[in-house]
Amino acid sequence: MRFERRAHRSTVLVVIAPVIAVAAALALAGVLIALAGSPVLTAYERILTGAFGSRLAATETLTRAVPLILTGLAAAVAFRARLWNIGAEGQLYLGAIAAAALSAELAGGLPSILQIPILLVAAALAGMALLLIPLWLRLRFSVDEVVTTLLLNFVAILFVSMLIDGVLKDPMAFGWPQSKPIDEDGMLPKLIPRSRLHAGLLLALALAVVVHFVQSRTVFGTRSRAAGLNATAAVFAGVPLGRTLVQVAMISGGLAGLAGAVEVMGVTSYVTTELSPGYGYSGIVVAMLANLHPIGVVLAAIFTAAMFVGADAMSRSMAIPTYIADVTVALSLLAMLVAIFFTQYRIAR
Amino acid sequence: MSETLLEIANVSKRFGATLANDDISLSLAKGEIVALLGENGAGKTTLMNILFGHYQPDSGHIRVMGKDLPPGRPLAAIRAGIGMVHQHFSLAPNLTVLENVMTGTESLWRPVSDAATGRRRLMELSRRFGLETDPDARLGDLSVGEQQRVEVLKSLYNHARVLILDEPTAVLTTIEAEHLFATLRDMARQGLSLIFISHKLDEVMATADRIVVLRGGRKVAERLRGGTTKAELAELMVGRAVHRPERKMSPPGEVVLEARGVTLRRGGVDRLKAVDFDLHAGEVLGIIGVAGNGQTSLSAVLSGTARRTTGELRLFGAAVGDLSVPEVVDAGIGRIPEDRNHEGVIGEMPLWENAVLERLSRFSRGGLVDRRAAIAFAQRIIDGFDVRGGTPLSRTRLLSGGNIQKLILGRNLIEHPRILIAAQPARGLDEGAVAAVHGRILAARNAGAAVLLISEDLDEVMALADRIQAIVGGRLSPPVARETTERGQLGLMMAGEWEGAHAV
Repeated sequence: MRFERRAHRSTVLVVIAPVIAVAAALALAGVLIALAGSPVLTAYERILTGAFGSRLAATETLTRAVPLILTGLAAAVAFRARLWNIGAEGQLYLGAIAAAALSAELAGGLPSILQIPILLVAAALAGMALLLIPLWLRLRFSVDEVVTTLLLNFVAILFVSMLIDGVLKDPMAFGWPQSKPIDEDGMLPKLIPRSRLHAGLLLALALAVVVHFVQSRTVFGTRSRAAGLNATAAVFAGVPLGRTLVQVAMISGGLAGLAGAVEVMGVTSYVTTELSPGYGYSGIVVAMLANLHPIGVVLAAIFTAAMFVGADAMSRSMAIPTYIADVTVALSLLAMLVAIFFTQYRIAR
Repeated sequence: MSETLLEIANVSKRFGATLANDDISLSLAKGEIVALLGENGAGKTTLMNILFGHYQPDSGHIRVMGKDLPPGRPLAAIRAGIGMVHQHFSLAPNLTVLENVMTGTESLWRPVSDAATGRRRLMELSRRFGLETDPDARLGDLSVGEQQRVEVLKSLYNHARVLILDEPTAVLTTIEAEHLFATLRDMARQGLSLIFISHKLDEVMATADRIVVLRGGRKVAERLRGGTTKAELAELMVGRAVHRPERKMSPPGEVVLEARGVTLRRGGVDRLKAVDFDLHAGEVLGIIGVAGNGQTSLSAVLSGTARRTTGELRLFGAAVGDLSVPEVVDAGIGRIPEDRNHEGVIGEMPLWENAVLERLSRFSRGGLVDRRAAIAFAQRIIDGFDVRGGTPLSRTRLLSGGNIQKLILGRNLIEHPRILIAAQPARGLDEGAVAAVHGRILAARNAGAAVLLISEDLDEVMALADRIQAIVGGRLSPPVARETTERGQLGLMMAGEWEGAHAV
């Protein structure tokens, strides 16, 4: 077997590649389910109903998708410009703690219409700040940001852990390390009563559209794509490489910071070190699954969230560990990488 | 030379809608040098890839010493004694010469590599064929010409009896190329058979015993060297008579760009040393030199991608400070980069984005790109500069090198720049495209533009330039007038000897 590069990349192929990838991942996961001794089709059905079968299930899936959309966008924006931001997890935590701290210590008592935007902006700024450090190291000393952003995750989470066990510790929490809660007026409104689904979903969807527009239509977007595709040619064409990367980092870090804010302001109301079950890392998978397309990120995030929520439900009714969700999402990423390869290459006879 | 060593019989290969090879037959005798001549896209490389087993032919077969070669098996080709020197070398830059040559020749199950024997054989081959090399040098530290020698040695080490060279001179300087061809002739005398792929008529006529011309995937002619002329080959290759444009004398205008003592220091080395030149409107000033003598730095300083360390630049009579790319573009300076694929265009972007990327501010309003105007601009370039193989919306990577160069020329010349910095504008292009690019450059000059032509190609400089300066080790010679200068004198100037040159 041998591969030849395709002269033309067909649009149809690019669009159906993720669908094929997801189908292949589900089929492979089916093998594991069968090995665990459970009926495969029933398991699929339980995952599906668990994720979308009732109003509660559907709102739960969407609630899970909100931070994934934001961290997915954060990764997609950065990766497009070849800025390898692996630090969305840390940026998410810093954003969350910034919102919680500001609401508890300063902005509490402000009306919603003022307080919510202030908290969101503060969270975005916190996320940005955390990503600008590794970017500065890269631009100034050529330090590989894959390593620095990844390691800063641990720094950020330990820093948050220190705060919620110290100055920001909630005195009403019976000694548990958790932050003081967000002021009631700082919480995002619920979209559907008696569910956890909150207005952060609308924010995430709007930002996906905005990011798409910025990337495809603006001078900045064109420059950041140019910088990512071919930095030498971009510099020759007068693209200010450093400035463009700083702007990209601000958007990417800001989005990750917002992911933390909406999770805390929409769902938990306080920060613990279990705020995120790896949303920052899953965002990378989501972005890759979407082939770095902002609108695709929304779909990929919903798929990923559905897998986690659905697998939870399935494992409750059948004797299959929830790890099957992790496995399926991981398999779908691997399948997607293969699918992306086949949009660019064909098997030669 | 009667013993037929290699026979290619009726080979055809189709890629999608294009027939890359159409029923091609070719034979090669022991000790013979055959040139495979053709333009880009004529099917030369496809044919050689089939021969070497990278591709499987749709029909036809290959025989070595009368035995059929299994199709699509590079290892079988190597065993049969076929060696290939690729245009882009397949060597590891982090290994030494000896390690590169020995890679793949020993069983993986061997506990220790027998480097001593390998070294002995390598040195013996090196002596026998006059291919000097240092077996312990790290490959990445060698010049391109030296790396090519290692690639040839690697084939010989694998007991190659047939050596295929894909555009071997594309990356070499004139002097290195002459040395290579002398070596090839010597190898043929010692019984090796060679096929070299080329689109350069001079080297084909100087080296080959027999010349096979491909055009559009077909073999259109086969000539013995004694029985043909350059003119005939050019016509066979292109399919019609090609005339390179001719320069007519015209009086130069005022000085538009003046450099005095321009120096560029980078990485602790002076890449440019106190460079002086005057560039007049309506003239082509040729900067001739062997690669790596500061040409890249010179064009970078003038293109706005590098800041000079010291020295003065006067643009249209006024002293200017550090130039940024937008300032250069806005001042009406057109720029043709020396590496069109890596610096000139972004392959994955559509034509229209590449057409406007360096002047995005003009094709945008309030930070939004004006797509309609940009696409119309790209369409004007495509129409006006005969860019073939794509629409404004198709990805640039799909264009041939010649058409990419026409796109780059077009985006500069359509605005009627007052100055054009052209670095290696025709490097690697085929005859038809060279004529088109040269014609455009001369037309710009005739329209009053000042052209700084940076080139390694003596013929190109002699054909286009009004005045010529040589660049050696970052220094520029005084200018000489083209009309009163012989090629031999330029050769000396390129070697750094310009004491006797008459400045003009």
